[in-house]
Amino acid sequence: MDSFIQQLINGITLGGIYALIALGYTMVYGVIQLINFAHGEFFAAGGYVGVIFLSFFTGLGYMETHPIFCLTASFALAMMYCAYLAIGVEKIAYKPLRKEARLAALLSALGVSIFLSNGLMLTQGVYDKAYPSELFQGGFNFGIITIGYLQVLIVCLTGALLVALNLLVFKTKIGMAMRATAQDKTMSALVAIGSNNIISLTFAIGAGLAAAAGIMVGLYYGSVRYDMGFLPGIKAFSAAVLGGIGNITGAMLGGLIIGMVEIFGAGYISGEYKDVFAFIILIGVLYFKPTGIMGENIDDTRV
Amino acid sequence: MIQEFKKIWKQYAIAMLWLLGLLWPLLGIHPDGTLSFKQTITVWLYILSGTFICFIIYIINSSGNFKFFTKPIVNTSQKLSEMVQNMPSWIWKSALLIGAVIYPILTGRYPTDVAINVLLYICLGLGLYVVAGLAGMLDLGHIAFYGVGAYTYAILNVKYGVGFWVCFPLAGLSACIAGCIVGYPTLRMRGDYLAIVTLGFGEIVRIILNNWMSLTNGPNGILGVKTIGILRPVMENGLTFEIFWVKKLEIFYYFALVLAILTIIAVTRINFSRIGRALEAIREDETAAELMGVNTFYYKLLAYAMGAVFAGFAGALFAARMKFVSPESFTFLESVMVLSMVVLGGMSSIPGIILGVIALIVLPEVFRELESYRMLVFGLTMIIMMLFRPSGLIAAKRKKMMENKS
Repeated sequence: MDSFIQQLINGITLGGIYALIALGYTMVYGVIQLINFAHGEFFAAGGYVGVIFLSFFTGLGYMETHPIFCLTASFALAMMYCAYLAIGVEKIAYKPLRKEARLAALLSALGVSIFLSNGLMLTQGVYDKAYPSELFQGGFNFGIITIGYLQVLIVCLTGALLVALNLLVFKTKIGMAMRATAQDKTMSALVAIGSNNIISLTFAIGAGLAAAAGIMVGLYYGSVRYDMGFLPGIKAFSAAVLGGIGNITGAMLGGLIIGMVEIFGAGYISGEYKDVFAFIILIGVLYFKPTGIMGENIDDTRV
Repeated sequence: MIQEFKKIWKQYAIAMLWLLGLLWPLLGIHPDGTLSFKQTITVWLYILSGTFICFIIYIINSSGNFKFFTKPIVNTSQKLSEMVQNMPSWIWKSALLIGAVIYPILTGRYPTDVAINVLLYICLGLGLYVVAGLAGMLDLGHIAFYGVGAYTYAILNVKYGVGFWVCFPLAGLSACIAGCIVGYPTLRMRGDYLAIVTLGFGEIVRIILNNWMSLTNGPNGILGVKTIGILRPVMENGLTFEIFWVKKLEIFYYFALVLAILTIIAVTRINFSRIGRALEAIREDETAAELMGVNTFYYKLLAYAMGAVFAGFAGALFAARMKFVSPESFTFLESVMVLSMVVLGGMSSIPGIILGVIALIVLPEVFRELESYRMLVFGLTMIIMMLFRPSGLIAAKRKKMMENKS
C-alpha cells in the first residue's frame, strides 16, 4: 500500500510533465492540424537553456543568496527562449507550407526536429549535461512515503501553469481569438483576427510550456541530453491523442493518465518495457475511440 | 520586382538576427558566470557568409540573370532526355545493368561496400514506396520490418543452425506477418495518425529487440551470423558438391544487385497492375475507391504486407553481410532516412526513389570528414526540399502524362 501511494505520487509528477508537453501538441494540432514533430526538441532546448542559466547563476554566486529569484529567472528565460525559437521555426519551416499537402509540412517538421537536436548536440556536446545537484535535496517524510521537495515544486508549478493556460484560453480575448482560429480560419479572419499572429502565439505558448517541462525533467532526473526530446515527445503526443487531440483539458488528463500508466507499468509489470505502455495506449485509443476521451466529433478526414 | 526583392532582403535580415539571438545563449553563457560574444559572432559570421552566397545565387537565378549559364545546361539535358525517350528502353536498361555488373571490378572494396548499402536501401525504399507512394499511407516505422527480417535470419542461424536459403523466405514471411500485425489495427486510420502509430510500432519492435534478452541478446546484439553458402560443383573423382561460403564483398554485391533488380521488377509490375491502380485509387480518395468496388481493407493490408516483405528480404541479406545484428541498426532515424529517400526522389516514381537512395547514401560518404554536421545538414535539406520542391526530384510519370493530355 505504501509503495502504491509512493508510485501514485511519482505518477502524478511524471504525468504533470507529460501534460505540459502534450498541451503544445494539442494546441498546435488544434489550430493548424499539424503534428509538430519538433515539439520534443523545444522541450529538450528548454532543459538545456535552463541548465545554462542555472549554472550561470551558480557561477555568479547568486544561487546561494537568492535561490528563488534564480530559479524563477531561469524558468522565465528558458520559456521565453523556447517561445522565441518556436516562433522562428513556425515562420521559416511551417508557414510557407500551410497550403501544401499535409505530408510536406509533416516532413518539414521531421527535418526541423533532426536539425534542432543536432544543433543542440553541436553547441552543447554529445554527453549528458548535469544540473546543479545541490538543489532541492530531501523532502517531506510521512512514515515510509517520501515526497521530495522537488516533486512538490513540480506538481505546484505544473498546476499553476495549467490554471494560467486555462484562464488564458477560456477567459481572455486572446484565448477567444485562438479558439476562433482553431474552429475556422477564414471566418475568424473576417472578424479581424490575425490568424498568422494567433498561430505564432500558439506555437510560442506551447513551446514555453514544453520548456518548463524540460527544466523540470532536468531537475528531476539530474541531467539533460540532446536527444532526450524524442521519447517524451511521442509519449506526450500519445497523451494528446488519448485526451482527444485539439482539446486542452483532454491533453492535461491524457498526460496524467500516460504518466500514471508508465509509472505503475514500470512498477508492477516490467521496468524494461515501460516505454511500450504509452504506445500500446495510443494504438488502443486510436483503434477503439479515435476521438479520445474528451474529443468532439471530428470529421472523417482527420482519422 | 524590386519591391519583391526588398521584401526578401528584409525577411533574410530578420531571420539572421533571429539566429543570432538563438545562438548566443547556447554559446555565450558560461557556467563560471561569465559572458562571451566572440565565439557566437564567429559562428554566426560563418553561417551569415555561407547563407549570403546561397541567397545571392538564388536571387540572381530567379531574376533570370544566370540564363547565359543555365540555358546550355537545360538545353543539353532536354536533348539528352529526348534521346533517351526515343531510344528503345532496353538499350539504356542494359547499359545500366552492364555498368552495375562491372562496377565492383572497376572499383575497390570501399565503393563496393557503399554500393551494397545503396542496393539494400533501394529494396527498403521500394517497399516503402508500395506503402507510402502507391497507397498513400505514411509509414514512419518501416525499418522495423527490416529489423524483423534481419533478426529472423540471425536467430534461426545462430540458435538453430538453419542456413541462409531456408531463412531467406522465412525472413520475408515473418516480416509479412509483422506487417499484417501492424497493418490490421491501423487500417482504420489515415494520414497523421497512421504516421504516429507506425512510429509507435517501430519503437515497440526496437524496445522488444532491446529487452528480450533470452531471444535477441538485448543491446549486445547477435554475433557470429553465418554468411551465405552456395553449393558449388567440384570435378574431382566425378561430380560432387561442396559448400562454398561467400566471404568476398563482390559476391555479396551481386546478391544485393539481384535482390534489388528483382524488387525493382516486382514493384514496377505492381505499379502497373490492377493492384497498383487500386492502391492509387485508395490514395487519391478512399471513400470514392470503396464506392467503385475496390476492397480497401484487403488492398491496404496487401500493400502493408508487400512493403514489409521487401524490407524483410533486404534485412536477411543485411544480417548475412554484417554477420552481426543489434537494435542500434533499426532506430527511428533510419525510418526517417528511408522515408526521406522516398520523398526526396518523388513520392511516386521508381527511378526517382533510386536516385534519392543514391543521393542520401553516397553524399554523406563523400563528405565523411564533416561527420558531425551530417545529420544537421540532412535535417536542413529536408526542410529546404519541402519548401522549394515538395514533389521531389523526379515527379511521378503517370501524373505528368495526365497533365499533358489535359
